[in-house]
Amino acid sequence: MTGETVLALRGISKRFGAVQALTGIELEVRAGEVVALVGDNGAGKSTLVKTIAGVNQPDEGVIEWEGRPVAIHRPQDAQHLGIATVYQDLALCDNLDVVGNLFLGRELKQFGLVLDEVGMEKRSRQLLDSLSIRIPSVRIPIASLSGGQRQVVAIARALIGSPKVVILDEPTAALGVEQTAQVLDLVERLRDQRLGVILISHNMADVMAVADTVAVLRLGRNNGVFDKRSTNQEQIISAITGATDNAVTRRQARGEGGER
Amino acid sequence: MSGDTPEPGHRPLPEDSMPTGGVNAPVPVAAEATPAVDPRLIVRQEGLKGYLIEFKRRLTSGELGSAPVVVALIVIWAVFGSLNSSFLSAQNLSNLSQQIVGTGMIALGVVFVLLLGEIDLSVGSVSGLCAAIFAVMNVTHGVNQWVALLSAVAGGALVGLVQGLFFAKVGVPAFVVTLAGNLGWNGLMLQILGASGTVNLSGKDIVSRLYSTIYGQQIAAYGMAAAGVVLFLGSSLLDTRRRKAAGVPYRTLTDVLVRTAALAVVGFLVAYTLNQYKGLPLALLVFVVFVVVLEFVLRRTPYGRKVFALGGNIEGARRAGINVSLVRITVFMICSTMAAIGGLFLAAQIQSASQTSGGGNLLMNAIAAAVIGGTSLFGGRGSTWSALLGALVIGSIQSGMNIQGLSNAIQFMITGAVLLAAVVIDSLARRTQKSAGRA
Ligand SMILES: Nc1ncnc2c1ncn2[C@@H]1O[C@H](COP(=O)(O)OP(=O)(O)O)[C@@H](O)[C@H]1O
Ligand SMILES: [Mg+2]
Repeated sequence: MTGETVLALRGISKRFGAVQALTGIELEVRAGEVVALVGDNGAGKSTLVKTIAGVNQPDEGVIEWEGRPVAIHRPQDAQHLGIATVYQDLALCDNLDVVGNLFLGRELKQFGLVLDEVGMEKRSRQLLDSLSIRIPSVRIPIASLSGGQRQVVAIARALIGSPKVVILDEPTAALGVEQTAQVLDLVERLRDQRLGVILISHNMADVMAVADTVAVLRLGRNNGVFDKRSTNQEQIISAITGATDNAVTRRQARGEGGER
Repeated sequence: MSGDTPEPGHRPLPEDSMPTGGVNAPVPVAAEATPAVDPRLIVRQEGLKGYLIEFKRRLTSGELGSAPVVVALIVIWAVFGSLNSSFLSAQNLSNLSQQIVGTGMIALGVVFVLLLGEIDLSVGSVSGLCAAIFAVMNVTHGVNQWVALLSAVAGGALVGLVQGLFFAKVGVPAFVVTLAGNLGWNGLMLQILGASGTVNLSGKDIVSRLYSTIYGQQIAAYGMAAAGVVLFLGSSLLDTRRRKAAGVPYRTLTDVLVRTAALAVVGFLVAYTLNQYKGLPLALLVFVVFVVVLEFVLRRTPYGRKVFALGGNIEGARRAGINVSLVRITVFMICSTMAAIGGLFLAAQIQSASQTSGGGNLLMNAIAAAVIGGTSLFGGRGSTWSALLGALVIGSIQSGMNIQGLSNAIQFMITGAVLLAAVVIDSLARRTQKSAGRA
């Protein structure tokens, strides 16, 4: 069962030049809940993720963490709160090895100032083993890994801290069947550990398999939040494509007034 | 292990594998966890054959590192040595080891900037400026030599701070900021030197002595070589022991011994050569210490890791929580500080600070040294050793040409060709790395 709300977005808007990427987005994530964020290409999913992660600043709106409004100005702020993000473009450093990437920005140290390479290597191997992730060696540069292997390294990196909310932006897009199953298993284990998960995916089967709640974005606006148990795939797809504008959202928009 | 594919959702995954306790929480490894080693991984074989195979693999995949520059150095020495036997004499090589220090120190700082994928075009002027600061304070105004020395070095750091702020905070491209600096700091130097234009060093000051001191006792050079070898062996063995204890891959004893032996051969050969002439130059010792310490900073400290990360993926580094501006500013400070130190050694070499200090082809030589030595212009790849090796290549060409009585004109052309060759190798290597999945 899902618990209290960890992360809540209230009326988030974001504009890039002439593009209004996000308009009045509402989203809630509870502990032990998997929220699938779906929408067509360009719907604003990645922009929303970057806003939560502190990469972008929202123009309007409030981010609430455990009930209190928080300011997330930098990626560090999000990390300190306990938000771990796996970006769609992975954001790995090609020239560093797997260990270097896993611990980038929070290296283990000896005597306070020297890298504890042995300790980090040991932890990396344990973490990757425990996630059943197979890569040739933790000491080869990221550049020599396949797309799927990079993806799992990026996911493993998100778990190195002690996150309370994990955001996965299209984590299975580059993966094969077995690795996709592994990632979905991982998502379920995160939920069992009472973490909140935001999962972005284009694959409806994946979404229906693991999500508790499905939030639909369309053209930068909310287009319905569905409880997985009381909805079906067709409903969600029609919300994504805009065949049905969600009544609730419409009423909200009208209630705020002044909008088209 | 890899053959069976359980149904999605039914894979037996370890229950408690989530590292919820943070970085330091132990992650229990489940018994059935897949070993991290892939059977397809190419592992270096034991012994000499393994080294050869590994070398070939690196060559074909474009991971050249310092290999080309070592080859170039051997060719250059062979050519000049055969043209005139005095080139390889202990005297010439000893002098060479002192002459490369000024340019080499500046190149050390350039390595840091290149690792970010940036460039600093002001290092020549900064070296001249800081030499002038020392000379004018110490000689003209009679300020304590240590105070003058510290002021000169601090002046370098300050220059780096200013340029770094403009680059990192204002967002002006580094090459424009430092190009402006190149002119501006040169002007400041001329201002400081004043009407006379040249300030001769006393010859007894700390900077002059840093350059000209040579330890004549045989034990000095050999002792340093021995100390280096012992330090290397000790740290290698310690590392192997820690890795063994932690259960991660380690170098075998033979491997460690082979490496140590290689280092010992080079170290004692250098010591022997130096002892054939006057002995161990202090300048060379200081330079090598700088190379080793800065290499340690780059490879073994969180700061160095950040420098490499910025060179690899700036946006990735930012999202990993790295303070990008701070790293950029400090790297430019390191670069200018090293330029100041290099400038002091160059002033000591000619016993004066003059209007031509830091001019000529010093800037080009310093950047060329770093690149020729194997530090990539594209950022993210390099080593402080490339400053030493590159400075040695450039110094050798100059020295050989001087012995042959060839003009500056030809020297410039040859050095230019070597630099071009180095950049071509860097670009080709990068392309090969990409196709071999290493970039
Ligand atoms: N940095 C940016 N600058 C300008 N426009 C952007 C930027 N990032 C995203 N956008 C625009 O915002 C919209 C939403 O993009 P995105 O969030 O990547 O969509 P999604 O991830 O849902 O496919 C797109 O129209 C995109 O062009
Ligand atoms: Mg996206």
